[in-house]
Amino acid sequence: MILDGIGDEEKWLAEGIAGIQHHAFYMHRALDANNLRDALKYSALMLSELRTSRLSPHKYYDLYMRAFDELRKLEMFFKDESRHGVSIVDLYELVQHAGNILPRLYLLCTVGSVYIKSKEAPAKDVLKDLVEMCRAIQHPMRGLFLRSYLSQVSRDKLPDIGSEYEGDADTVMDAVDFVLQNFTEMNKLWVRMLYQGPGRVREKHEKERSELRDLVGKNLHVLSQIEGVELELYKDTVLPRVLEQVINCKDELAQYYLMDCIIQVFPDEYHLQTLETLLAAFPQLQPTVDIKTVLSQLMERLSNYAASSTDVLPEFLQVEAFSKLSSAIGRVIESQIDMPIVGSISLYVSLLTFTLRVHPDRLDYVDQVLGACVKKLSGTTKLEDNRAIKQVVALLSAPLEKYDDIVTALTLSNYPRVMDHLDNGTNKVMAVVIIQSIMKNNSCISTADKVEVLFELIKGLIKDLDCTSADELDEEDFGEEQNSVARLIHMLYNDDPEEMLKILCTVKKHIMSGGPKRLPFTVPPLILSALKLVRRLQGQDGEVVGEEMPATPKKIFQILNQTIEALSSVPSPELALRLYLECAEAANDCDLEPVAYEFFTQAFVLYEEEVADSKAQVTAIHLIIGTLQRMNVFGVENRDTLTHKATGYSAKLLKKPDQCRAVYACSHLFWVDDQDGVKDGERVLLCLKRALRIANAAQQMASVTRGSSGPVTLFVEILNKYLYFFEKGNPQITSAAIQGLVELIKTEMQSDSTNVSPAPDAFFSSTLRYIQFQKQKGGVMGEKYAPIKV
Amino acid sequence: MLVPGKIQHIICTGNLCIKEVHDYLKTLCPDLHIARGEYDEETRYPETKTLTIGQFKLGLCHGHQVIPWGDLDSLAMLQRQLDVDILVTGHTHQFTAYKHEGGVVINPGSASGAFSSITYDVNPSFVLMDIDGLRVVVYVYELIDGEVKVDKIDFKKTTAAHSAH
Repeated sequence: MILDGIGDEEKWLAEGIAGIQHHAFYMHRALDANNLRDALKYSALMLSELRTSRLSPHKYYDLYMRAFDELRKLEMFFKDESRHGVSIVDLYELVQHAGNILPRLYLLCTVGSVYIKSKEAPAKDVLKDLVEMCRAIQHPMRGLFLRSYLSQVSRDKLPDIGSEYEGDADTVMDAVDFVLQNFTEMNKLWVRMLYQGPGRVREKHEKERSELRDLVGKNLHVLSQIEGVELELYKDTVLPRVLEQVINCKDELAQYYLMDCIIQVFPDEYHLQTLETLLAAFPQLQPTVDIKTVLSQLMERLSNYAASSTDVLPEFLQVEAFSKLSSAIGRVIESQIDMPIVGSISLYVSLLTFTLRVHPDRLDYVDQVLGACVKKLSGTTKLEDNRAIKQVVALLSAPLEKYDDIVTALTLSNYPRVMDHLDNGTNKVMAVVIIQSIMKNNSCISTADKVEVLFELIKGLIKDLDCTSADELDEEDFGEEQNSVARLIHMLYNDDPEEMLKILCTVKKHIMSGGPKRLPFTVPPLILSALKLVRRLQGQDGEVVGEEMPATPKKIFQILNQTIEALSSVPSPELALRLYLECAEAANDCDLEPVAYEFFTQAFVLYEEEVADSKAQVTAIHLIIGTLQRMNVFGVENRDTLTHKATGYSAKLLKKPDQCRAVYACSHLFWVDDQDGVKDGERVLLCLKRALRIANAAQQMASVTRGSSGPVTLFVEILNKYLYFFEKGNPQITSAAIQGLVELIKTEMQSDSTNVSPAPDAFFSSTLRYIQFQKQKGGVMGEKYAPIKV
Repeated sequence: MLVPGKIQHIICTGNLCIKEVHDYLKTLCPDLHIARGEYDEETRYPETKTLTIGQFKLGLCHGHQVIPWGDLDSLAMLQRQLDVDILVTGHTHQFTAYKHEGGVVINPGSASGAFSSITYDVNPSFVLMDIDGLRVVVYVYELIDGEVKVDKIDFKKTTAAHSAH
């Protein structure tokens, strides 16, 4: 059925075209023969083809364009009076005798344009006459095309300023009047199209109407082109009359299209100066009109205009553009109750974009926009519409991009309130965006208040906001999020220790609520940041200055102790142990023996109770020995207790080689190679001998189980330790003992010749080479080494 | 310098802590050698590692296992144990380079300048090694008070030093 319809239309169009061609042929002959009578007759016949009502706008346009081309030839003929011998005034009368109204009006318009050109009558009168007469055609489509024709032929003959048709009696006002009237009539015709045809084909009609919109819009374009339509005229006449027509037509399609048209064709400067009038029209439009798109367009144009030159910015201030737009949006949202939430938010996004461009210094405006958005969202708890969420993200991202500085966003009181309306997932994404923005711009957050706000903003990352079970979280994503929080903590800094301490306390307060999964990520940066502060304060003694001064190392160590304790109970004992040791060393540097002892105690307790994995134990013991070796704050008693414990742990490691290595490392606890370091040669020797015993035991075990080259390596390692202390001048380490050890290793290696692996062999060789090297060096060292034979 | 493909090997002494850093280094150069630091949870990193580049044998270790930390004589023992010409260690966050009995012991420092309980005022630093035949030139890039300072250390391997074994 529909296919038939289309087929029929093609046929009708073909017939129409054939008709036009047929009559045009005779018209041409008449023109060639300068026969006015026949020319009029055939052109009228040709134009009669346009009387059809069977074609769709698209097809009708095709037909119209063919007739249009033919009329140009006719116009040429009319212009040349010598060819037809009739004065233009008579000709104007003559064509009115054509039998049918539609051809008659086309001909009249054609002659009319020649008439104006001849200047035998004022342009204004002819135009007025024509625009009035065209009323005779009330069929919407035919009328629209006829008026479109009128508009087209009169285009270059308007009596606007500077035009040759501008006379004493003709002013730009007449030109404007003419175009406005034609526009009004065309719009009426266009709107009437809606009421034609039954409801079921309405959709098709709507589409067809939409195709015709440019004919109507063209008038506005012509208006914008008229020379002499200055701001005053636009403000007082053009805009009010166009808007009046737009509002009164009460047609959704027309209103949307024409408002958009106005915004697009007239200069931005005019919009700015007539903002009030323009905005006042919006609430008067039909409730179904897509106002938000049009308004967004307007704001975008104004934003671009503002960005085009700084010279125009004062204009914006002068007309109070922001408050006008802001209240207009408020009214629109209020009046269009059915507008989906995404619509309102996108309006706020446009307004915010406008604000950031035009008033970058007015943070209160930015906050105001966010506040309005909060108000709009206040009815709902969490957004569910994806598009709305996207808009909110756009809203929140805009200030971050604009200011390159998160500190600015932190002062916006409504910012976190908008964020609250995001679902947890998006909230986190937004929080990560905020952190990335800080990283990218290297912004330093320098006060506790700002830190408080910031952590409130990113609370989605800091703690569980709901009861989402941990299984649902993607491990890797979670890790990345928490790493970004960890990085953030490093960006918080203030030169003033007092404020820095406040910052640290604020951070601590927030991250402590993070739960067992987050603490391992967030505690270390906090600890390290605090230790940096301790280092800055080092040397200051809190007790001397008195209680007035809270930022003392002692105080910080208390906080650190609590923080790490939380981490150890997570449990994350290995990490906690390392941090205790870091703190112990810092306390050592601050000369706080009890504090350092306490940290060591904590570390040892963790080691004993929590570190169960044998590999982790090995790492832990190395760190304990390494740190303890560097401590100089301890008195004899404390030191003895701790070294005794550490040695004890070393000897209890699971694997013999690990035991052996840890025990010989302990030897360094009794010999610190600086001026007033401990130098207990006897206990060094005890450690080394103990290491040897363990190496022996390891070797026996290996010989039972076979295949391990470890033990010989251990002997070589111990030999190297002997050399170390020998060189450092430990009287307990004698050249004889070294000699004995060298012989022992040689024997071991020979007896085990079946199973010589290259590694210990090379190790031993290079050790012997080293001894040789030292012997040849001469001097004190050479003398010392002289008795050793290799 | 950080354009991918410019550097042939990356030698890292550990404590990368997160995968992102590993991935980043990998983009600079796919031939990445890492020893395990005490904060690394990644158990695939070995405690020590040796590799041969040209005529040089390199040893890599984070260094927290070598007590006293950063002590040259103790590191020399590790150098003998791994039987390497160049030993690269970290942990102290302090750049050092020593020529030591026919070998070199290098600590490139910390590229990020992270806090260290061992070293005060950590200057971010790293080391570029240009190995050519028997010669290695060590370039040290150190960031001191916002300015990059570059130093050069020349080292030539004598074949005699190794003829002993």
